[in-house]
Amino acid sequence: MKQPKTIIEKIWEKHTVVQEADKPDLLYIDLHLVHEVTSPQAFEGLRLAGRKVRQPERTYATVDHNVPTIHRPIIRDEVARKQMETLRSNCAEFGIRLADIDHPDQGIVHVIGPQLGLTQPGKTIVCGDSHTSTHGAFGALAFGIGTSEVEHVLATQTLWQNKPKTLNVHIEGSLGTGVTAKDLILAIIGKFGVKFGTGYVLEYTGEAIRDLSMEERMTVCNMSIEAGARAGLISPDETTFEYLRGRRYAPEGSDFEAAVSEWKNLATDDGAVYDHTVYLDASEIEPQVTWGTNPGMCLPISASVPDPALIEDKDERASVEQALAYMGLEANQQLTSIEIQHVFIGSCTNSRITDLRKAASVIQGRKVHPSVRAMVVPGSFTVKMQAEQEGLDQIFQDAGFEWRDAGCSMCLAMNEDVVPAGERCASTSNRNFEGRQGTGARTHLASPEMAAAAAIEGRFVDIRQAVAPTV
Amino acid sequence: MEPIKTHNGLVYPLPKRNVDTDQIIPKQFLKRIERAGFGQFLFYNWRFDENDKPRADFTLNQPKYEGVSVLISGDNFGCGSSREHAPWALLDYGFKVIIAPSFADIFYNNTTKNGILSIKLSEEQIDYLLNQAEKNSYTLTIDLENQKVYDKLGFEAAFDIPAYNKHMLLNGLDEIGITLSYADRITQFEQTH
Repeated sequence: MKQPKTIIEKIWEKHTVVQEADKPDLLYIDLHLVHEVTSPQAFEGLRLAGRKVRQPERTYATVDHNVPTIHRPIIRDEVARKQMETLRSNCAEFGIRLADIDHPDQGIVHVIGPQLGLTQPGKTIVCGDSHTSTHGAFGALAFGIGTSEVEHVLATQTLWQNKPKTLNVHIEGSLGTGVTAKDLILAIIGKFGVKFGTGYVLEYTGEAIRDLSMEERMTVCNMSIEAGARAGLISPDETTFEYLRGRRYAPEGSDFEAAVSEWKNLATDDGAVYDHTVYLDASEIEPQVTWGTNPGMCLPISASVPDPALIEDKDERASVEQALAYMGLEANQQLTSIEIQHVFIGSCTNSRITDLRKAASVIQGRKVHPSVRAMVVPGSFTVKMQAEQEGLDQIFQDAGFEWRDAGCSMCLAMNEDVVPAGERCASTSNRNFEGRQGTGARTHLASPEMAAAAAIEGRFVDIRQAVAPTV
Repeated sequence: MEPIKTHNGLVYPLPKRNVDTDQIIPKQFLKRIERAGFGQFLFYNWRFDENDKPRADFTLNQPKYEGVSVLISGDNFGCGSSREHAPWALLDYGFKVIIAPSFADIFYNNTTKNGILSIKLSEEQIDYLLNQAEKNSYTLTIDLENQKVYDKLGFEAAFDIPAYNKHMLLNGLDEIGITLSYADRITQFEQTH
């Protein structure tokens, strides 16, 4: 009988080019996504060594991190403009496809890969960005790399990688009304911590995961890195195949059916053994909000800010104290008492069409609170166009939201979309680190529905009470 | 990349957990297209105030830590983004060795590719090192060949490092050059998959 295997082991074995003693394995990379911020030094390295890009057709580039989301194509930031021009000239020189700032396929790299059907089950996918884990939603092994590794993949289409350990994140039960994929992944990180995935690839399994749409699965896999795991994936199933059918770079016709039968074999075998397993019951999860300066510092909306005086471990107490000081919060303060001045709906975590639909359904016919500045930044130009066809832009703008062009925007505030020091933002993004959305800015991570409700109320509210549940 | 065999250097203690790459190098400095010159931006929001003046209360700004090259910090160092600007900034500032109880995976790889030695020691050993470096002008010696860290006071700790990483660091090798020596194997793989 064949040894049962996890999807992680199956993909690994299929991509191992060289396996020798005292070395990591040399892993073949099927798809390399490139953006303007982490690639210039890699291309420069190739030029200096007189090297070429080995497989330009396995490489796809776009601009997302520092593109303006308003008044395009004028880019006032000289340094940012130079970085984007550098990507343009590098792509021309090395023969790489580029969805440039004015291209209809432009968008956040982790939104456009799946949207174009470039992301497929069983592929190895890398990008010079830690949220590459997003693509794991399709049953791909996808992980972020540094610029030296970007250069290595450009030159060789491979990477030396140690075989990761496997960790099963098993979620039984069903998510309750008003509880989203974002709450699920925040609850996982809140419970198991920001480093429980270090050294592992996560596989999300169980009923609650199977029930998620592809876009919800992307939200979950996206934040694997916030749990310390470079990659997190979900075995592909009918949901995956249906999402991919008809996408531009997905196989067509009988090739698609052949691909599906191959993809079906990728799923983790019954009886496969993981190095570690953690469990969570989805039905126990409430809508989540972060109160601190890393994504593990999150709590259910019904809870209060932690009291450092009650924490015994001195290092833990110190980090909670530092976080509360930075965030300007009081111990034991109700999360629903936190007033916000900004709302950001966007980022590779939550900027897809279903995210925008859900946020729009919360604000429809209502107005943004007078002390709040709210903006929606669609994940891609395609998402933006689709939303406009559905009239979502009108719903947002009628409520008082700004409606922007696609990019990473206020998730990391490399462009002009910045939260001022000392002000507070309800954000659908993935990181609440100090200074992430602007020097001194205070970030609270939440789902699109929770962020939208906060925009209306000017403070966090329990979405389950804020809007009548749709039956 | 510069080979690193043994290193003897002044220690800087940063007793914080989960030091993320947004703290090591804030995003406003990621727009440059060069590899060099990031040291001036290291820990920028901790080192400098809103008027870009050094913060007296951030210890790295204190004269006793001038010339430091060994960084000791808390658990999960380098978590967050994949930006290699983080190790570039550390290296450019002068850090050759980082010691912590654990490192984020991508950051750990990125340091190795840039000739920075990242070493994992236990919480107890880190506590001792932090304590020494906070009290005194404290120097550590790191011997990569023998995988040992020691001081003049009798402290000695062994550390683990994957054989491959050790080989690359000791010799300061160009990894792409090595991989290209397997070009035939890569071509063969491409033809059969």
